[in-house]
Amino acid sequence: MTQRFGHGMEPNIPSARQRQQPKANRAIVGFKILIFVLALVPMTRLLMNGYLDALGANPVEKILHNTGFWTLSFLMITLWVTPLRSVTGWTFIGRFRRMLGLFAFFYVVLHFLSYLVLDQFFDWPNILKDISKRPYITVGFSAFLILIPLAVTSTDGMMRRLGGKRWRGLHRWVYLAGFAGVVHFWWLVKKDITEPSLFAIAFSVAMIVRVLMKVRKRPSPSLIIPH
Amino acid sequence: MRFNLNLKECEVTSRALWASRRDFLRQTMTAGLGGWIAAPLVAKAGSLGAKPNPAFRVSDPTTPLEKVTTYNNFYEFGTSKEDPAQQATDFKVRPWKVVVEGEVNKPQTFDLDDILKLAPLEERIYRLRCVEAWSMVIPWIGFPLKELLNRVDPRGNAKFVELISLMDPDQMPGQKNAVLDWPYREGLRLDEAMHPLTLLTVGLYGDVLPNQNGAPVRIVIPWKYGFKSVKSIVRIRLTETMPVTSWMKAGPSEYGFYANVNPAVDHPRWSQAKERRIGDFLKRPTLPFNGYADQVASLYSGMDLTKNF
Repeated sequence: MTQRFGHGMEPNIPSARQRQQPKANRAIVGFKILIFVLALVPMTRLLMNGYLDALGANPVEKILHNTGFWTLSFLMITLWVTPLRSVTGWTFIGRFRRMLGLFAFFYVVLHFLSYLVLDQFFDWPNILKDISKRPYITVGFSAFLILIPLAVTSTDGMMRRLGGKRWRGLHRWVYLAGFAGVVHFWWLVKKDITEPSLFAIAFSVAMIVRVLMKVRKRPSPSLIIPH
Repeated sequence: MRFNLNLKECEVTSRALWASRRDFLRQTMTAGLGGWIAAPLVAKAGSLGAKPNPAFRVSDPTTPLEKVTTYNNFYEFGTSKEDPAQQATDFKVRPWKVVVEGEVNKPQTFDLDDILKLAPLEERIYRLRCVEAWSMVIPWIGFPLKELLNRVDPRGNAKFVELISLMDPDQMPGQKNAVLDWPYREGLRLDEAMHPLTLLTVGLYGDVLPNQNGAPVRIVIPWKYGFKSVKSIVRIRLTETMPVTSWMKAGPSEYGFYANVNPAVDHPRWSQAKERRIGDFLKRPTLPFNGYADQVASLYSGMDLTKNF
């Protein structure tokens, strides 16, 4: 990842470390394929259960909740990558961050489409009313809107065009999206806040570790590496 | 029998449709594993010996038994819709006693068998509208609550009826979480409790109540949101003052004492204008008082239903 954010400081040739570790790269690719396949399991299960008519008495609700759950899960996993990398020193996990983030986007698109088509069936007046009047939908929809430019600018080309600094600035909005996503879930449950609480904890810990790492790093600016 | 005369032509089920109900049910049942499980229950239909009461019968197709028994809000057995069907399998419904007390001249404890023999059992097909904006149509079996209340002779100062569910965390694992202030309690004004539509319910689809649907005895108030219809009742108390219900305690701004189905008054967090009938894809408009306005709107004349939600 470091190389991608280079401001022309780093030569665009494979580093000595990379040349020495073709095996490690192959392992990364293997991991990526594994994560890719695993990340598609929730959607595959939904499709299969939908086909088998095994989504329970209220399939629309189940699809909405399930796609929402996996959106938040992938958002939290994505937000955990950097703190986990800092704490453990497993730099390689940074290589999975983009894919995990894009899967959060993938599931939020499914979540939104489920709402648009299955739940509301293009009832635009009601959708506009929902977005403006229902706080949980307002924050949820905002989170979705935030994620769109982040997904669009996730390519190598966009990173280059924006430049590391601006790209990082833009992508910090993911913190707000994560926060809004948790609030969205918290506000929609009728009474049992167990699951929203777990997401709130996951989000808070990821953010606290970030702050702590930043505070610890501050004394030696030379150690600040783009991530 | 005023409500009889109010029955609209369109609400009277034609003989053919009534007959086809069973076919509809059978077809739905035979489709899939759910049908295989539910089939024996259907075969036993009528085991409670209830007579259909044609005066209380909506014409909408009934929700398949499998859906009625696998999609439940019964927080005593867990907060997910699937929990009650899984957690309530070993729930003991016998022996069962219901204490009726408070502002009454003849307080009494009824055994379940007393209740089953207290009045002729009727089958009534009611709409059920959940506050979460989904709905079902269910053939319940029971008799009007007023039959029971008349036995205990309410005093003149009795104004409200408090209905209380069983408290037994060993049997009801959901009660180990303080999601609600257990035991579950709900309340009605005495005139609401005495209304002919208010059904003391012991069965559905011809048989005794499945555990997850509030066995062995519950209440069904079809013009109010589902949470008013208390399940697994052990205590009925007549009071002079308005009881504080579990949901009023949990969210006073969201759940009121009356909780009449009202498409014009939204839940603070979601719209009540439409509902999804379980089994349908498109939502349908929600009817005032869940379609029972003819029979119950007069109970609330002069009241501001936006305030008394």
